[in-house]
Amino acid sequence: MAQAAEATGAKRRGKAASAPPMTQDQLLQAYRDMLLIRRFEEKAGQLYGMGLIGGFCHLYIGQEAVVVGMQACLEPGDQVITSYRDHGHMLATGMEARGVMAELTGRSGGYSRGKGGSMHMFSREKGFFGGHGIVGAQVSLGTGLAFANWYRESRNVSLTYFGEGASNQGQVFESFNLAALMKLPVIFIIENNKYGMGTSVERASASRDLSKNGAAWGIPGEQVNGMDVMAVKEAGERATAHCRAGNGPYLLEMKTYRYRGHSMSDPAKYRTREEVQKMREQSDPIETARKLLLEGGLDEAALKKIDDEVKAVVQEAADFAQSSPEPDEAELWTDVLVEAR
Amino acid sequence: MGVEILMPALSPTMTEGKLARWLKKEGDQVKSGDVIAEIETDKATMEVEAVDEGTLTKIVVPEGTEGVAVNSPIAELDGGGAGGSKGTAPGHDTAMPQQPAPPAAASPEVGEVAKQAEDYGAVAQRGADRKEGAAKMGEAAAAPEKDWGPTKPMTVREALRDAMALEMRADDKVFLMGEEVAQYQGAYKISQGLLDEFGPRRVIDTPITEHGFTGMAVGAAFTGLKPIVEFMTFNFSMQAIDQIINSAAKTLYMSGGQLGCPIVFRGPNGAAARVAAQHSQCYASWYAHVPGLKVVAPWSSADAKGLLRAAIRDPNPVIVLENEILYGHSFECPVADDFIVPIGKAKVERAGKDVTIVAYSIAVTWAMQAAEELAKQGIEAEVINLRSIRPLDAEAIANSVRKTNRLVTVEEGWPYANIGTEIAMQVMEAAFDWLDAPPVRVCGKDVPMPYAANLEKLALPTIPEIVDAVKRVTYK
Repeated sequence: MAQAAEATGAKRRGKAASAPPMTQDQLLQAYRDMLLIRRFEEKAGQLYGMGLIGGFCHLYIGQEAVVVGMQACLEPGDQVITSYRDHGHMLATGMEARGVMAELTGRSGGYSRGKGGSMHMFSREKGFFGGHGIVGAQVSLGTGLAFANWYRESRNVSLTYFGEGASNQGQVFESFNLAALMKLPVIFIIENNKYGMGTSVERASASRDLSKNGAAWGIPGEQVNGMDVMAVKEAGERATAHCRAGNGPYLLEMKTYRYRGHSMSDPAKYRTREEVQKMREQSDPIETARKLLLEGGLDEAALKKIDDEVKAVVQEAADFAQSSPEPDEAELWTDVLVEAR
Repeated sequence: MGVEILMPALSPTMTEGKLARWLKKEGDQVKSGDVIAEIETDKATMEVEAVDEGTLTKIVVPEGTEGVAVNSPIAELDGGGAGGSKGTAPGHDTAMPQQPAPPAAASPEVGEVAKQAEDYGAVAQRGADRKEGAAKMGEAAAAPEKDWGPTKPMTVREALRDAMALEMRADDKVFLMGEEVAQYQGAYKISQGLLDEFGPRRVIDTPITEHGFTGMAVGAAFTGLKPIVEFMTFNFSMQAIDQIINSAAKTLYMSGGQLGCPIVFRGPNGAAARVAAQHSQCYASWYAHVPGLKVVAPWSSADAKGLLRAAIRDPNPVIVLENEILYGHSFECPVADDFIVPIGKAKVERAGKDVTIVAYSIAVTWAMQAAEELAKQGIEAEVINLRSIRPLDAEAIANSVRKTNRLVTVEEGWPYANIGTEIAMQVMEAAFDWLDAPPVRVCGKDVPMPYAANLEKLALPTIPEIVDAVKRVTYK
């Protein structure tokens, strides 16, 4: 991680004259958005513990800076697609916490009316194309979103997120080739949280620098400190500018960390508690933003107010997720096919 | 206002566990995310994190306690921090919580979810209607085939190309992608001339990466584009079958109806000639098994043109199983501009009273030839060309069986769980009392396709086999 910080830091120092990647107001917004994800995920974990959420539940705690920093670079019409660790991405695109939480509890008020669950939610309105449960599948789908932008000659970009575990899938490399060949506006974002389930990146990838995984196709890539929302935003701006200018795909390797297990039922014995604790204490993206805000002149009371507001949103979401009814039994039969016109 | 901390379930099956260790003691300050305890299940030791903040006022269950039931209180917090979990959070009751407004400008009050809730009654009704509609499926098939007026001879190859050209002229969202479809004019020359007319934006050569380009096409379809994906043969679709089933077929359902996938997957299916096991396989059963997909298998030029047009216009993913050997065959095809064949309707290609032979794709050719042979022997066979595999025109088949009382199915797919199996079962469900003999399936042999000419012939259904099967069910 220190390595990653150095990598981005070096780039930032190289452009000493440029303005900071975020204003104080933008950072405050980012803080609020990251905190919402953190509190939402903690609540999801709690509801899971109470048996209100079933099946798989992959929490995003620790990785919040990645989606929040990238989302700050987007324009209307841009698309976002990711894997099953998707709650943070949805909240970052502006999807409502209550609709996401109600989907986790399998209720009719959920984004997929309770038929998708944690791993399968979508919002065309917010440009969020899922939520995909098959490791790596979203990478070629995200390339297809970029293809649609190319086909429609729009300046929109597709943010295609995947983990370092998925980065070894064959279709990821097929997608790199297709995107580079057709110069498609897609940003491939590898969220390297160091563990694909219980297998460390060192044990899964012969590649030691995943940002260079697109090099064979000439895809520019960089390693980014994914625990620093400012660094993410800065790299994201470079990547989106590259894509919008018609230069084809871009690759960002976000060096990040998940505090929780792969899913709720993962005891995480493949790493030490000290490792997790160290990341939390030294690199937490929310604490980092908080310190910067205080240094920038914001007072504790203002931050406390945000904390309370975010908690209230999450509590309201949790209440809604428990009060919204289960889907009607007739829902079993709907949405298998679109009715022909 | 105390907040109880409950024993969490750490997996969907956990009902109790051991409280192994407290990492906080009474009087300690606790923040969200702090690890406060460890619990042990039969599988693992897991950490319990605090969700609320405050002072740990009381430890209810001491460490070392076994068999602590899920959801029983294990400790209490004083709820010192704002926003406890019991719904009494300041700002929660007293004021509308301000929704964080991320860049995409979240609507604070009535969002999509609320709208969905409003529409809920309509959706439920639609579901009920659908169920009823499915039960009644095929009743309309009894209606006579529409007369489309004048026809002209046309090969299946030309019919497929014309269908794509017509739909591409009508709708800019339609495009063709696949290996060798553009500059090479199609590996089997189905896309002849399309690059010249529509240009490289809409007729797109891909590298040989079925998994990747299929996923790309599915992603494009999620945005409302209407891709036609050509597989050089359906054998290669296995490289991409995850994207076809898990992404194209299921996303509409998983999204609660938000995200459809209007896409066509087409290409030659089944055995060609002398290309051996890996290039000679029928995928009808594979794809027909999947809810969320439609599957059609044209036989004649009219089927090819009409069904492909319907497939391109259909808002769902449609698999179009063509046959390489039929590409060069010529059939009469209606010339009307608006000619189309609805998906889900079978066609009686030859009327008869003694036996119903159901076939699809090239097996219709064999069934028709067998029917000629049988006619010479005084047996009048009714030949049904399925045209659609899913949805299946079960009613058309049952109606025919109610007349002939006998059923033979013909296809080149393997016997195990093939389309004939499904048809026989559906006929038994719908018309068991009308059957005068057990149905018989004529199909590919249960072996990988051999290369040797004589063995290949043995592996495929033959006309004598169909004739024999008919004699068995007619006891002649």
